[in-house]
Amino acid sequence: MSEAAQKPRMPDETGVPDPFPYMHPIMKKNYGQWDYHFRPRPGVLCHVAKSGDRIWTVRAGTQRQMDVFTIRKLCDLADKYAGGHVRFTTRSNIEFLIDDESNVEPLIEELNKEGFPVGGTGNSVSMISHTQGWLHCDIPGTDASGVVKTLMDLMYEEFVNEEMPNRVRITTSCCQINCGGQGDIAVNVQYTKPPRINHELVANVCERPAVVARCPVAAIRPALVNGKPSLEVDEKKCICCGACYAPCPPMQINGKEETRIAVWVGGKHSNARSKPKFHKLVMAGLPNNPPRWPEVGEVVMKILRAYKENAKDWERMGDWIERIGWPRFFELIDVPFVKHHIDTWTYARLTHNHSTHIQY
Amino acid sequence: MANKDFDVRPTPLLDELEKGPWPSFVKGLKRLRDAGKKYSPMINDLLGQLEHSYEERLGFWKGGTITVIGYGGGIIPRFSEVADKFPESSEFHTLRIIPPAGMHYTTDVLRKMCDIWEEYGSGLIAFHGQSGDIMFQGCSSENVQPAFDALNEMGFDLGGAGPALRTSMNCVGAARCEMSCYDEIKAHRMIINEYLDEMHRPALPYKFKFKFSGCPNDCVNSIHRADFAVIGTWRDDMKVDQEKVKEYVAELGRDYIQEHVVEMCPTRALKLNDDDTLSVDNKACVRCMHCLNVMTKALSPGDDKGAVILIGGKRTLKIGDLMGTVIKPFIKLETDEDFEELVEFAGEVIDFFAENALEHERTGEMIDRIGLPAFLEGIGVDPDPNMVLHPRQVSFVRTDDFQAELERMRAKKGGKKEAAE
Repeated sequence: MSEAAQKPRMPDETGVPDPFPYMHPIMKKNYGQWDYHFRPRPGVLCHVAKSGDRIWTVRAGTQRQMDVFTIRKLCDLADKYAGGHVRFTTRSNIEFLIDDESNVEPLIEELNKEGFPVGGTGNSVSMISHTQGWLHCDIPGTDASGVVKTLMDLMYEEFVNEEMPNRVRITTSCCQINCGGQGDIAVNVQYTKPPRINHELVANVCERPAVVARCPVAAIRPALVNGKPSLEVDEKKCICCGACYAPCPPMQINGKEETRIAVWVGGKHSNARSKPKFHKLVMAGLPNNPPRWPEVGEVVMKILRAYKENAKDWERMGDWIERIGWPRFFELIDVPFVKHHIDTWTYARLTHNHSTHIQY
Repeated sequence: MANKDFDVRPTPLLDELEKGPWPSFVKGLKRLRDAGKKYSPMINDLLGQLEHSYEERLGFWKGGTITVIGYGGGIIPRFSEVADKFPESSEFHTLRIIPPAGMHYTTDVLRKMCDIWEEYGSGLIAFHGQSGDIMFQGCSSENVQPAFDALNEMGFDLGGAGPALRTSMNCVGAARCEMSCYDEIKAHRMIINEYLDEMHRPALPYKFKFKFSGCPNDCVNSIHRADFAVIGTWRDDMKVDQEKVKEYVAELGRDYIQEHVVEMCPTRALKLNDDDTLSVDNKACVRCMHCLNVMTKALSPGDDKGAVILIGGKRTLKIGDLMGTVIKPFIKLETDEDFEELVEFAGEVIDFFAENALEHERTGEMIDRIGLPAFLEGIGVDPDPNMVLHPRQVSFVRTDDFQAELERMRAKKGGKKEAAE
């Protein structure tokens, strides 16, 4: 055997790649020297540098989980119109970077012809930030890709236009860990039943003390079941969060009917106007109903329409609701307020109204 | 169907997701299935398993342990629990690969990645996962090493997974945005590449995430999605081009500017004057970005730029959602020394986390458990009123060294003043 065959290849620990070799030359030249930007039309940004240089960005929606043929198609368009320079946004939109304005319209035309929507800029509904789901995750309650495809189909016009009061950022998550994060609207799995435990497997598969420690409400304790070391759940205490399922797959939290979907509103990360805020519960118990999740789509579109019709320019979803008050918001979307809308977690009393400030 | 080597799995439920105007991932999967490539049978069974999930409303993947030589993390192993039904996709692992900072690509790089993934993987790539990695999804156990080697030869490295430093993100920032208040790419690459060992050999109590946003609009959602958020801001007066202000007033009208700019200022720091110019009370301004966002041509950040550092953001598990807490109200980020100081500070925070957090406890939870004052002491940062909404409102605290602390902080401040003079 040769020496090379005996010696394994050790990795080159290069870390985060330097982006400058890939960056558009105009962006490199004007790095840190930008003056202002404007949006000539939905889906297009024009940034003007202090030097007077301009760069146009054409933003298009993708399916995030892309086959190589889709990626190559996007590359062909980038080569033809954008000198081969692209970048991706945090919401999986692709951006083509163009130094010649006359390439903008032909690129948009061709993107549309190939089925890629151009939009997601300014006060639009951008692509949903989403997680893996049934396609690849080991603990999912639903399929993010399918829910997202369905919702983006419904909201297509809101992606390609800028007709919302402010930007709308929607997220989905396939379990209560909520990898999707905060959103103006968040569509998240909400489990409804305690885990069903396969006591035959627990001792072999799970590190029991770690599972006990993982429970947010201390509802899990070691137990001997049928002579085997296992775990048991105090179902009166259990909040059905699924935290135990990841370290201990025999504690199955998902079920055909038990896994349900909840909708939350008013979260944001930006510091603009109001401070960043967490989203709040609006609806739970919606069926996990593939392949099109119609019940979820109905609730999301109702909220979106109420926001579009009632919010003032530049109010984010949460800003708007705080101005009109939660009672009015629940009226507008025609959802009764129920006991589960009232927080019971740590610091819940900080969420109570300790005043006479009431909108009649 | 083009391929005669296998029977195409029926997917009546997934077929519904080929309809509608938005790009369809199901169509993409079918293109891979029908390509007549070596991965086509794998995608056929993957579609079969996904259809099975749509029928049963359950996931059928389990984890495991797969690594590449020299590293302890970065591969997400997926073994099918229904491999007897769908044997070709029984192993469907993901390689998390760190993208260029800011996610800039040239098409030749993307094409090379596609070629590698056709050779060793499934042909399915996600740009990008929630942590910011390129997700090369669908690889057999035996192909993980050669796939990584090929990507690594291209200059790309594995990202983070498990209890480790995770792949980071920065906004587009200085590369294409006038709001950028520091060099996000530089900060991102300096910090992550300095502590890369923590990414490749997971040994922390739990995950640790950095994120870098150039301004308080926080386009990478760092404030809630990072244990350590670096968010650009400025200390001096914002810049106002009064001629451009007048142009906005002429275009949109005084009422619009009054209602949608002046009245939406959270600290009432703006005044629209009779001559259509704008006055700014910069002492009252909290740098929220609203007026800059609306009037991009007229208003911009000042010259004395830098960043705020917030620590402890995370999602619900285990104690509930946490936003980051202000730990450094302002750091300068201009000179190489400024950036080196930031890298060093980041190292101190990682070290404190490594030594003091419980297993599976995030930084924010650790701070909640030990109290912010203990955390500050541990990382050598003085308390500052910018860290809280208001001072303590509960009297249940032992304060026998209160006066001594006053003296200590006074002496420190005095010392700093003297040094400055």
